[in-house]
Amino acid sequence: MLDGLSVIRNKIGSSSAEEVVASYLDRIEKSDINAFTCVAEDAIDQAKKADSLNIEGPLAGVPIAIKDNISTRGLPTTCSSAILNGYVPPYDAHVIERLRKAGAVIIGKSNMDEFGMGTSTETSTYGPTLNPWDTERVAGGSSGGSAAAVAAGQVPVSLGSDTGGSVRCPAAFCGTVGLKPTYGAVSRYGLVSYANSLEQIGPLANRVEDIATLMDVIGTYDNRDSTCVNHDAGYTDALQDDVEGLKIGVPEEYFGEGIDDNVQKLVWDAIGKFEDMGAEYTKVSMPNTPYALAAYYIIAMSEASSNLARFDGTRYGTRSEGENWHMMASKTRQEKFGAEVKRRILIGTYALSAGYHDKYYLKALKVRTLVKQDFERAFEDVDVLMAPTMPTPAFKIGEKMDDPLSLYLSDVNTVPINLAGVPSISVPCGFSEGLPVGLQVIGKYFDEATILKAANAFEKNTDHHTKLAGEVV
Amino acid sequence: MVYENPDGVMVGLEIHVQLNKLATKLLCGCSTDYHTSEPNTHVCPVCMGLPGCLPVLNKRAVEYAIRIGLALNCEIVEQTQFHRKNYYYPDLPKGFQTTQYDYPIVSDGRVVIEGEDGEHVVRIRRAHMEEDPGRLMHMGSIDRSKGTLIDYNRSGMALIEIVSEPDMRSPREARRFLDKLRNILEYLDVFDSTLEGSMRVDANISIGGGDRTEVKNISSHKGAERALLYEIMRQKNIKRRGEEVVMETRHFDEARGVTISMRTKEEEHDYRYFPEPDLVPMRVGSWVDGILETLPELPDARRSRFISDYRMVDTHAKALTSDIRVADFYEEVASQVDPAAAAVWVSDVLKGELNYRDLTIASFTVEDMVKIIELVVGGKITEKGAVEIIRNILDEGGCPMGIVKEKGLLKVEGDVVDQAVEEVLKENPEALEDYFAGKEKSLNFLVGQVMKKTRGRADARSVREMMLEEIDKNYR
Repeated sequence: MLDGLSVIRNKIGSSSAEEVVASYLDRIEKSDINAFTCVAEDAIDQAKKADSLNIEGPLAGVPIAIKDNISTRGLPTTCSSAILNGYVPPYDAHVIERLRKAGAVIIGKSNMDEFGMGTSTETSTYGPTLNPWDTERVAGGSSGGSAAAVAAGQVPVSLGSDTGGSVRCPAAFCGTVGLKPTYGAVSRYGLVSYANSLEQIGPLANRVEDIATLMDVIGTYDNRDSTCVNHDAGYTDALQDDVEGLKIGVPEEYFGEGIDDNVQKLVWDAIGKFEDMGAEYTKVSMPNTPYALAAYYIIAMSEASSNLARFDGTRYGTRSEGENWHMMASKTRQEKFGAEVKRRILIGTYALSAGYHDKYYLKALKVRTLVKQDFERAFEDVDVLMAPTMPTPAFKIGEKMDDPLSLYLSDVNTVPINLAGVPSISVPCGFSEGLPVGLQVIGKYFDEATILKAANAFEKNTDHHTKLAGEVV
Repeated sequence: MVYENPDGVMVGLEIHVQLNKLATKLLCGCSTDYHTSEPNTHVCPVCMGLPGCLPVLNKRAVEYAIRIGLALNCEIVEQTQFHRKNYYYPDLPKGFQTTQYDYPIVSDGRVVIEGEDGEHVVRIRRAHMEEDPGRLMHMGSIDRSKGTLIDYNRSGMALIEIVSEPDMRSPREARRFLDKLRNILEYLDVFDSTLEGSMRVDANISIGGGDRTEVKNISSHKGAERALLYEIMRQKNIKRRGEEVVMETRHFDEARGVTISMRTKEEEHDYRYFPEPDLVPMRVGSWVDGILETLPELPDARRSRFISDYRMVDTHAKALTSDIRVADFYEEVASQVDPAAAAVWVSDVLKGELNYRDLTIASFTVEDMVKIIELVVGGKITEKGAVEIIRNILDEGGCPMGIVKEKGLLKVEGDVVDQAVEEVLKENPEALEDYFAGKEKSLNFLVGQVMKKTRGRADARSVREMMLEEIDKNYR
């Protein structure tokens, strides 16, 4: 059974943060799942500092892995892309400032799909992260490194980012907990943008209560992100395990074609468990769900085509040589971006181009409004929605790499949440042929309290989270 | 008189105004005071476009934009938002420019200028906010440069792009519009025109209803006038040959005074505009009334007030109000001496001397101007002496009384002049005879001789009177 924060805090208290961090560094060193893109050379110094300063608080001396698209001062931030090879940001992201203040030890940067573009961490320039439950399988993505590191006990907690499911997918595939907060709940300042209007930084951990603890640290107002909302959260305070009277909505469209039978069964079992605990469920319809995937990819790729324009070799990272600046920029982008990134930039550029803008981009925005309305309507009657996080358990490495469309389809149950901007958590709800399956609990805007409460109650009444990778057959 | 516009000239202008009176840039907290700094010293992760950085809108910049909109008699939108304009250039660190597209903050205004045939209205189509890119510096000439350096100090400065309708009918009207616009903006205290890059102009021009060309990046008002004169000539020549003007973008070569083709319509960029996701739409409607209350007196209003309050002629009122610094200077002077005298001395004399030397009003103090006017009005020095003091202060420095003493400019006493008049008449009998013979001019010669003898310290008009008196008394 993997340790939660309370156990680690006790260990740090009885020995030292230095010792605890050293033992985690040792596990990272011995691992071959490729969860990290770099390990912080000053991790031990950070731990010593935490020891000497006697910082109180839930994260003092606790090692944490940070997805490699979150800016860390003095530590490379490459988005797992060759184009950012050697780039060390001169500033910390808001969430990193908050973590450092809370005494956390930034132990390293975790592997991801290049610029967050993928569902399997296979598009990383450093190669795929392997799933700790079956190393022939993907860890999910794009925050694959963050999830696998937690699942393999290399860190107790980590941060990922979720644009269309990038925290929840690897959490589900690796059997950990992962939260995509409400859009605006966590500052994006310092997160290298892929699709600004969709993405949020989110925590991953082995325990729901640890997710709440992390949210208390990172989910504070920041005036450097204009979309960040100043709201009173108190994530840990909201944590209970009483779901008596909780109204669950089960969206039919999330159990449609392509959803694995076993996954459906495990999710229904979980909903049954909630009934046992005093909750009640009704089926709800979210009719615009079938159009969400297409709208999502158009919006995400359009924004990405603009966001990734700054990577031209002029100011940071690596560059290719060319006889003039536009040849330099062109060759840099041609040679240093991976295939999936180039595909998305090209599609996004096309979708925004004169003559196609109305046909694709504007239409996608309209669908986005309809999807939002689906959620608003559903939440008039229910407190939370429950559905499978991913349509299947983790697939084999290489299985979908040559078929981007089928890969995009695996995001079918996660992307509507990002289009709407509501919060959603994935918690382990069982195993299918030895592979973890995730239950997705979706909440109202800024109502993380209710989904954390539901997830916590489920965790307290089940034992899926106690299983270790390799133990389940 | 009605201006016929014989060539059917239509000029529209797009003016980029840098809001350099703001303390910080448009989207970050960097200081705007970069003009005398080393390159790349007024930058931060945000204006350098480092990965992960997010923009935060400068609220004061929005207020300034609204002030400008009100001063240009525009409509202010209820809700406004920013767009991304995507294109590649090394001076553009993010690979896109944050700008406004379909909801510019202000639109549909008007400015009255002095046109070819009296007052002329130039309509304002829109004015929107955007960020300034950085600056490229070529090592040597642009075609032989071994490398290009980039200075991002300017990157992220707040700009207002003001777009006029094609209402100007001559290069002169275009220049007057630009002057008027600069004048208004300085009254609003939103920008300082003396700083490099503070106002940059693109001009659209067509003649006789043909296709228009756009001349980009003109850096001065005089340059705009010259570029337009050249363009009209060029387009007329094309038509004279029976050809058609093609729609294209041209560059103005300031040194040679010609425009050069940059790209034709087919090569135009597709900027792929879309809403900036990092800046949320903003409701500005409620601000407008508050800003309206704080709007200062504008040039036209001040000009009318000068005429009514100080009873000056319109040409003086115009000259004094066409630069807010001169207007302020005048009013300070006028509060201490006779306003009518002050109008003449500041507008006719001081401004002339400043223009001749290419200096601004900041080169002269109110205190000195007041003293000089007091000396002239009090009859202590001659007008000529006063002009000499002004020139001396501008060229060599010093204070009025010091110069008066040093140069002996105090008017000479009456008996010295009497004596000089007597002497001159004795010494020049021929001139006197010429005068008696009807040659008026010879009297001027005699007055001149007196002035010479008194080294200019006598008042020419009274010398003339004394001369005639003396002639009547002793020579008739």
